[in-house]
Amino acid sequence: MSGVFVGMPAFPEAVRSAVRDERLRRNLRHATHTIRDKRARAVAELADWAELREAGKRIKDRTLRHLDAHLLRLEEAVTASGGTVHWAADSDEANRIVADLVKATGETEVVKVKSMATQEIGLNEHLEAEGIRAYETDLAELIVQLGEDRPSHILVPAIHRNRGEIRDIFRDTMGRWGRPAPEGLSDSPAELAEAARLHLREKFLRAKVGVSGANFMVAETGTLVVVESEGNGRMCLTLPETLISVVGVEKVVPEWRDLEVFLQTLPRSSTAERMNPYTSMWTGTTDADGPKTFHLVLLDNGRTDALADEVGRQALRCIRCSACLNVCPVYERAGGHAYGSVYPGPIGAILTPQLRGTASEVDASLPYASSLCGACYEVCPVAIDIPEVLVHLREKVAGQGGKGHRLEKAAMKAAGWVLDHPGVLAAGERLASKTRGLHPRKLPGPGARQWTDHRDLPGLPTEPFRDWWKKNRPADPPGDRA
Amino acid sequence: MSQNSRERILARIRSAVADAPETPDVPRTYLARHTPDDPDAVLDLLHENLADYRAHVHRTDEAGLPALIARRLEERGARRVVVPDGLPAEWLAGTAAEPVPDDRLTPAALDAVDAVVTGCALAVAETGTLVLDGGPGQGRRALSLVPDLHVCVVREEQVVASVPEALPRLDPRRPLTWISGPSATSDIELDRVEGVHGPRTLEVVLVRGARFAAG
Amino acid sequence: MRVALFVTCVNDAVFPSTGVATVRLLERLGVEVDFPAAQTCCGQPQFNTGYRRETEPLVRRTVRAFDGYDHVVVPSGSCAAMVRHHYPAFGPEAAALGPRTHELTEFLVDVLGVTDVGAWFPHKVTYHPSCHGLRMLGLGERPRRLLRAVKGLELVELPGAEECCGFGGTFAVKNPDVSAAMGADKVAHAVSTGAGVLCGADNSCLLHVGGMLSRQGAPLRAVHLAEILASTEEEPWR
Repeated sequence: MSGVFVGMPAFPEAVRSAVRDERLRRNLRHATHTIRDKRARAVAELADWAELREAGKRIKDRTLRHLDAHLLRLEEAVTASGGTVHWAADSDEANRIVADLVKATGETEVVKVKSMATQEIGLNEHLEAEGIRAYETDLAELIVQLGEDRPSHILVPAIHRNRGEIRDIFRDTMGRWGRPAPEGLSDSPAELAEAARLHLREKFLRAKVGVSGANFMVAETGTLVVVESEGNGRMCLTLPETLISVVGVEKVVPEWRDLEVFLQTLPRSSTAERMNPYTSMWTGTTDADGPKTFHLVLLDNGRTDALADEVGRQALRCIRCSACLNVCPVYERAGGHAYGSVYPGPIGAILTPQLRGTASEVDASLPYASSLCGACYEVCPVAIDIPEVLVHLREKVAGQGGKGHRLEKAAMKAAGWVLDHPGVLAAGERLASKTRGLHPRKLPGPGARQWTDHRDLPGLPTEPFRDWWKKNRPADPPGDRA
Repeated sequence: MSQNSRERILARIRSAVADAPETPDVPRTYLARHTPDDPDAVLDLLHENLADYRAHVHRTDEAGLPALIARRLEERGARRVVVPDGLPAEWLAGTAAEPVPDDRLTPAALDAVDAVVTGCALAVAETGTLVLDGGPGQGRRALSLVPDLHVCVVREEQVVASVPEALPRLDPRRPLTWISGPSATSDIELDRVEGVHGPRTLEVVLVRGARFAAG
Repeated sequence: MRVALFVTCVNDAVFPSTGVATVRLLERLGVEVDFPAAQTCCGQPQFNTGYRRETEPLVRRTVRAFDGYDHVVVPSGSCAAMVRHHYPAFGPEAAALGPRTHELTEFLVDVLGVTDVGAWFPHKVTYHPSCHGLRMLGLGERPRRLLRAVKGLELVELPGAEECCGFGGTFAVKNPDVSAAMGADKVAHAVSTGAGVLCGADNSCLLHVGGMLSRQGAPLRAVHLAEILASTEEEPWR
C-alpha cells in the first residue's frame, strides 16, 4: 500500500533531508532538466503556442463560470449513451461509491489507470480496507506501489527513483504481488519496462473491473478522454467488463471542438511529445466493444471551495501536465514529498491549500514554498498565474495569524511605519553606517541566523545614498516633499 | 445520498460563481494547421513523424499492398493474425500467416495471436497519429491492443494535416483510439523508452491514392 | 524631460554605490536627475509576503513622491516589476505610475535609445538575469546588449542563467535550506565561467549570491550593472 500524507511537518522542515540527499538531488536534477529542454523544443515547433495557451485558458475560465450547466449537460449525454453518473461531495463519499460498485460486481480486485483524483481521495487504501485489491498499472505508479512509497510528481510519481533503485524494487517485491521479475534483471529502462509488461499482463487479462480518472470530459457529447503512453490505460479502459471513472468536476470542457486546443498543448507540455502514444475516447458504452457497464463518479472534494475564490479559482484550469514542476527550482531541490500531498510543486502549492484549507502546518506553509521566480507561470499551458495565487494565499495565511505570523505581522507593521517616515529611516540608516565597524558578518537569532548560516552580510556603507545625494547635489529638487 | 450530493454540489457551484464576471467568447486565433496545403508534403510529414516515434513506415500502392503486408508479417515472424470484421479480403491474400477471425475472442485468446492488421479512420500528419474508430476493418479496441504487432494501413486520402482538422471528421459516439507510435514510457528518469503494454511494434503502410491512379 | 531616480530601499541603505553610479551614468548621458527624498520602499517585501494592508501606505507614499515626473528610473528589475504589475491593484492613481516607471536598462535602451553608453570596464563578466526583470518585465537582451558595448569587457554566458538564484525576498529566510541550495548552484555556475565579475541588475539577488561568494571565498565578486556602465577610462569604477 502506498503511504499517505498525514501529519506532515511544514515544508521548510520537510525539505531538510531532501536537500541533503545527494542521490535524490541528482535524480531530480537529471530528470527535470531532461524534460525541461525537450518541452521547450516541442513547444517551439508550434508558431501559435501563445494563441493556443490563451484559448486553453479562456475555454477553462468560461467552463468554470457555468460549471453547473456543463455538468448537467455532461450527465445527460453520458446517461443517454448508457453510462451511470454519480456525484461525490467529498473523498469519503467517492470512496464509498466506488467500493459499493466494485462489491456489486462480486470482484475483489481492480486494475487502475494512473489517476490523480483517485490518489487524492486515497481510493486504494479505502478499497484495501474493504477487502478489494487495487493494482496500479502505470509504470511509475507500480514502482511507487511496489516500493510502498509515496508519489512525488504528477506525471512521473517515481521521479525520485533512478533506474538502479527501480531494478532493486522490481527484483525484491514483484514476486509478492504476482509474477516475479525476470532472472538477472538489469537496470536498463527497456528491460525494466519489459519486466512491468510481463508482471502486469496476467492482471490485465483476468481483470473484470477497471478504475480510471480522465483528462477531459466533453459535455456536448458525453465523451471521456484519457491521455497516456504505455497502453496500460487502454488495457484498463477496454478489457474489463465494468469501468469506473472518478473525475474532478473541473475536468469538463463544453464542446468536442475544445479538445483541439488541449490535445495540442497537453502532450507537448507534459511528456514533450507532439502527441502521446495513446489517447482513448469513449462515450458511455458500445455494443461488443469494451466494458458493458460504465460508471462516472463526479468529484467535488474541495473544488467548489477553490471555485469560490476569485483569484484562486484559476488553479482549476490545471490540466495536470506537470510542466510547472519540471521547471521549478524549488521542486528540483525539495522533491515532491515535502509538499505533503499528491499534488507537489508549484501547482500543488496553490491547489492543495485550496482543496484542503490551510489549517494544518504543511498546508499553511505551502504558499511560501516558492521564490516567486515565475518560471511556472511562463510554461503553464493554461496560463495559471501561480505567483499571483501564491501571494494571494499568503495573504490568507497571514490573515489567519497562527505560528510565526503574529510576530511577522508586527515586524511588517513596524518596518512599514519606518518606511513611511523617511526621517526615521534616514536616522536608522545613519546609525547603522556609523556603527558599521561593529557589525559582524554572522548574526544570531531567528531570521538573521537563517541568512548568515550560508551567506556573509555585506559590509555596510559609510553613508546611505540619501546622504550622499544631499552632500553632492545640494539643491533639493521640487519633487521633494519629505 | 448521491442524489443529495448532486444538488449540494450544483448549489455550491452556483453560489461560488454567482458574483463572477461573465466570460467573453473564446478567441480561436490559433492556426487550423501548421503545414502548407500540399498533399505530398502532408504525407511526408506523417511519414517523418511516425518514424520519429519509432513506428516503421512503408509506402506502396493498392496493387502492392497484399505483398507488402505479407512481407511485414513474415519478417516479424507472425504466424497467427487476428482479422477485424470488414477487413478487405485482398489485404491478407498474400500472407502465409493463419487468419484468426474475431469471434468475440477473450483477452487471453487475443494474447495468443501474434499480430493484427487494421485500417484506420484517419491519420494526423503534424502529430504522427493514427485514429481508429472501430469501423469496418478496424475491429474492437482490444484487437489493436493485445497482440504485440500492429500493422495499420493508411490510405492517402485519410490523412489530415492537424488536430483541428481531425476532430470534426471523427464521430465522438464511436470509441476512438489515437495511436502515435508504439507504446512507450517516460517513467524512468523521464527518458523515453518504446515498448510497454500496447503493441511493441507498429508497422504503418501508407497507400498512395486515386490521385496517382487517375493521373 | 523630468527624470526621477527611484533608488530603492535596499540600495539606499546597503548599496548606495549603485545609486551613485546610476546618477553618474545618467548625467553623463545628459539626463538631469532628481532624487525625491520622500521615497522609501515600493512595498514589495510586504506585498509578496502576504501583507497587503501594510503595503498600501508605501504604495501611496511612492506614488506621491514621484508625482509630476515624466520618467522614474529604477536600478532594480524587481522593484520596477512591483510598480508596473502590482500597483494597478491599488487604484488608478497607483496604476498611472506603472507606464512612467522604467528599470534602468529599459530607460537606457528604450527611452534614451542607447546601447553604447561609453563605458570602460576591462574585466571578464558573466550576467545573471534576475527573475522579475527577466519574466515580469521581459528585459530580454537589453542588459547583455549594454554589456557587450562596454569597452574592454569580455562577456561570458552563465550556464543555467535563467534559473532563480534562490533569493526570493522573505523566501530566503522562510525556506533557508532550499534557498541556499539554489544559491550554491548559481555560485557553482558562476565560478565555472571563469569570470571575475558576476553582474546583475538587482542588488537583492546580488546580496544573496554575493554573500555566498564571499562566504565561500570564490574568485568572483558581484557587481551591479549600473556600476559597470558608470565606469569609464577617465573615472574607472573600483
